[in-house]
Amino acid sequence: MTNMAENNRAVIGLKGKFASSLLEIKEFRGEVTVTVKKEDIIAICKYLKEELGYNMLTDVTAVDYYGKAPRFMLVYNLYSIPAKDRIRIKAPVDESDTSIASATCLWNSANFLEREVFDLFGINFTGHPDQRRILMADDWVGHPLRKDYPLQGPDREPYKGRLS
Amino acid sequence: MASTEIMTVNMGPQHPSTHGVLRLVVELDGEVIQKITPHIGYLHRGVEKLSEHRTYHQVLPLTDRLDYLAPMSNNLGYVLAVEKLLGIEIPERAQTVRVILTELTRLKSHLVWIACHALDIGAMTVFIYAFREREKVMQLYEKISGARMTSSYFRVGGLSADVYDGFEKDVQEIIDTFPGHFDTYEGLLTKNTIWMQRTIGNGVISAEDAINYGITGPALRGSGVDWDLRRDNPYSGYEKYNFQVPVGKNCDTYDRYKVRLVEMREAVKIIKQALDSLKPGPVLADAPQVCYPPKEEVYNTIEGLIHHFKIASEGFPVPEGEVYQSVENPKGELGYYIVSDGGTKPYRMRIRPPSFVNLGAIEKMAKGAMIADLVAVIGTLDIVLGEIDR
Repeated sequence: MTNMAENNRAVIGLKGKFASSLLEIKEFRGEVTVTVKKEDIIAICKYLKEELGYNMLTDVTAVDYYGKAPRFMLVYNLYSIPAKDRIRIKAPVDESDTSIASATCLWNSANFLEREVFDLFGINFTGHPDQRRILMADDWVGHPLRKDYPLQGPDREPYKGRLS
Repeated sequence: MASTEIMTVNMGPQHPSTHGVLRLVVELDGEVIQKITPHIGYLHRGVEKLSEHRTYHQVLPLTDRLDYLAPMSNNLGYVLAVEKLLGIEIPERAQTVRVILTELTRLKSHLVWIACHALDIGAMTVFIYAFREREKVMQLYEKISGARMTSSYFRVGGLSADVYDGFEKDVQEIIDTFPGHFDTYEGLLTKNTIWMQRTIGNGVISAEDAINYGITGPALRGSGVDWDLRRDNPYSGYEKYNFQVPVGKNCDTYDRYKVRLVEMREAVKIIKQALDSLKPGPVLADAPQVCYPPKEEVYNTIEGLIHHFKIASEGFPVPEGEVYQSVENPKGELGYYIVSDGGTKPYRMRIRPPSFVNLGAIEKMAKGAMIADLVAVIGTLDIVLGEIDR
């Protein structure tokens, strides 16, 4: 299993250039995930884009591991159209400082995707040209996809499953 | 020199050419577009949040309602992602039926695209014709799943039931008659002077920019990027079928129109091959901890009833891990990123909607054009707000 992750071209490249910022390399169901320090996220993405040809930023999202530290995990899905392979880069973001550098300097697709993460998770993207809410109304309070945000809306009892 | 003043025009959210509830605030210098600010979220239902509170089987109906013009394609992406997490194998018959139905869905979605796109530009006849043909696919949907739009026919592990008697005949009739209909649309549009003047040179985006903006699907291929997930990262047995991936050259609305028309013809070819290779067999994987038992068992035996009850009430546990599975939807790359904590509900489910990302490029494509051309750009992007807002 780990063999496949070790033979991945992105993993080999990252191990050579960013060995000190790699936190975890994992392989599951044929997909390779590399967790990196958030300080180096732009440098790593730039390297993957320009040197290894991962030219498309397919997706930016986040996962809220509420109750654990660091609380948030930013997830970047990169795709290489020439080589037709994927790599997933993750970067932990702690609750005390919910900011990470914006990838809009590398990909324009990051604009909308990061706005959504800001809207629903409350992650701040430094350097984002237009960081506003995108799905929720401008005057909305709170970030709905956080685990401590009640399913039925603010100031409501937590959802306990269907009663029927 | 005459003094100019920038005028701000609000377009939508109730506007016939915005294909739903898209609101664009457009800044104009005369008729020339200077800036476009899209406002979305009017249809936000919190599908990703809801899915964290439902079992894996209960999430499936939510996915119908994303891109409601292509429900089966959305279902396919979701069930493939969960099956990948579980690591189960799907019987060949189920896979082939899935391919037939998702390609029919592609036809259905593209028919709405050509209908609305042409109507927006003023060709009403195409609208009437394309909706007439779409009705054929809708009727097949209704026969197979009982619903015309929100089908929820696929299941994690296969299909909810085998196809009805006469399914092959109905599909055969569609693939026999549709190429002739495509000829009609082409006859009405391809060499039509008004159509050509409205679409050639409209909404130009270079291949490099299109990749940078994350555009996927026919809109990307229209810019000359030869990339299709069905061919390049095959799923559901797409590697077995022969089909061409059309690409454009001039990166404009006219080329995207031609790409989508060829795609419809290729979809018919895929359906034909899949129909020929359809053999009898099971339609559910041999995974009793995941799949519902057959109805005869549920109604007639106590074991079957308990089995059904357990899956319906508790769901099934999914191994801890995370996967990203994407499918080539009619609109582009639809991806599901599911994080499982080992429980019976997704810990986090992210939907990567193609229309949402494609919409991000609207300013790039329409800046400097006339306001009337914006309508053509919205049409060529082929967006669905149910998927953008989720």
